[in-house]
Amino acid sequence: MANRTPLHNAHVKAGAKLVDFHGWEMPLNYGSQIEEHNAVRKDSGVFDVSHMTIVDVLGSEAKKFLRYMLANDVAKLTVPGKAQYNSMLNEKGGVIDDLIVYYFTDESYRLVVNSATRERDLGWIESVAKDFEVEIAEQPQFAMIALQGPNAAGKLKLVLGDEAFSKVDGMKPFMSQQVGDLFIATTGYTGEAGYEIVLPDHVAETVWDDLLNVGVQPCGLGARDTLRLEAGMNLYGQDMDENTTPLEANMGWSVAFEPEDRKFIGRNALEKQKAEGHNKLVGLVMREKGVLRHGQKVVVDGGEGVITSGTFSPTLGFSIAMARVPSSVGETAEVEMRKKFVTVSVVKPSFVRNGKSLV
Amino acid sequence: MSSIPKELKYAATHEWVRNDGDGIFTIGISEHAQDLLGDMVFVELPEVGATVAAGDDIAVAESVKAASDIYAPIAGEITAVNEELEDSPETVNSDPYGDGWLFKIKAEDPSEVESLLDAEGYQAVIDEE
Repeated sequence: MANRTPLHNAHVKAGAKLVDFHGWEMPLNYGSQIEEHNAVRKDSGVFDVSHMTIVDVLGSEAKKFLRYMLANDVAKLTVPGKAQYNSMLNEKGGVIDDLIVYYFTDESYRLVVNSATRERDLGWIESVAKDFEVEIAEQPQFAMIALQGPNAAGKLKLVLGDEAFSKVDGMKPFMSQQVGDLFIATTGYTGEAGYEIVLPDHVAETVWDDLLNVGVQPCGLGARDTLRLEAGMNLYGQDMDENTTPLEANMGWSVAFEPEDRKFIGRNALEKQKAEGHNKLVGLVMREKGVLRHGQKVVVDGGEGVITSGTFSPTLGFSIAMARVPSSVGETAEVEMRKKFVTVSVVKPSFVRNGKSLV
Repeated sequence: MSSIPKELKYAATHEWVRNDGDGIFTIGISEHAQDLLGDMVFVELPEVGATVAAGDDIAVAESVKAASDIYAPIAGEITAVNEELEDSPETVNSDPYGDGWLFKIKAEDPSEVESLLDAEGYQAVIDEE
């Protein structure tokens, strides 16, 4: 029996096509995933992301613990509510999971990690935490929704009312604020402005219905995948995993090597790899007919690589992909597709931001 | 429950076949097939004039989710392809049995169509999936 989120009834009511997603029954789409995608780029859409795992880290050594367990440095977070993209690595520098960490005080943080890796993540966090004065508290009583798109703020204002909305009005990206029952963060996985909202499961359906009633498009996992890929955001298990380091997954920017005296798990392996050289994650663009797909072989200057994620980009009207290739890669690559090789352009792995093409 | 018009014939690989008369048959994919594939983004069609054998993969329906081969349900010559799909492949999703047709075949042996599945037989194929 698959897990169901508090919004399950709402999905059925909205005509969702439900699929199994790592043990969770989740909406793939509510009709057309391309229409859902376009709604987020041009107006607003809402996703149920209640399957994600929320873990609060509390205690006198919370900061010390996270500075040791995570590749990015939580000491950079000093403003209450500030969020940071981060990852936890194993000793070999492989990515156990990527996550968002929210800062409240030096003794109180919130992590949002992936659902597919929940058991392993919790096991790892607990095992590292043993040597620190911290309490690890999973928060299963919360649902989580992502309201995304250029009109997300306007829609949220309609639902919350002017007074409550004023608390998040104009909030910069990667900030968060508790507003009544709702923990509202300016984060997301689409490349658009918007919010991720953590809320008690008993109010989730009401907030969801309110958003739909002001014209927000419900969106499923299908649109979530095309939006994040256009935005050049990695999907755990596909673009990186335990056998990939952040340096090989275009996540080097989220690893804090400074200050030099901060020890964190995986640091030695990353420094060694940095010195020796490594593969990198690039973007591919194919303007002719066809769709680049996960697993396809890529031939570049100096070697071979593989497409980690590929799709048709609804915003651009042609196919895009992310591929892990030798660092000797030039400006083009050859992709083996359906028995023939096609030449594609190599670009930075970021294709669309705030509705605009970057390629 | 997806629609399976009674007047059409079907292949187990999810193509439908409509008898246009004079040995010409129109072919498309079923509502069930388009639903499985999701939003269509490209449709690659055969060349008009090409001769095909039953079971040949002669077209590709590429959706956001996957590329899927489409097979010739019967042998014959391709007499027309649906060029509208070049600009609006989503018609295969919205009207799979109508404007979303794919190609027409002039059958080598029109009686070959009789060996295809009827609506009930095709329903049984779907039920087994």
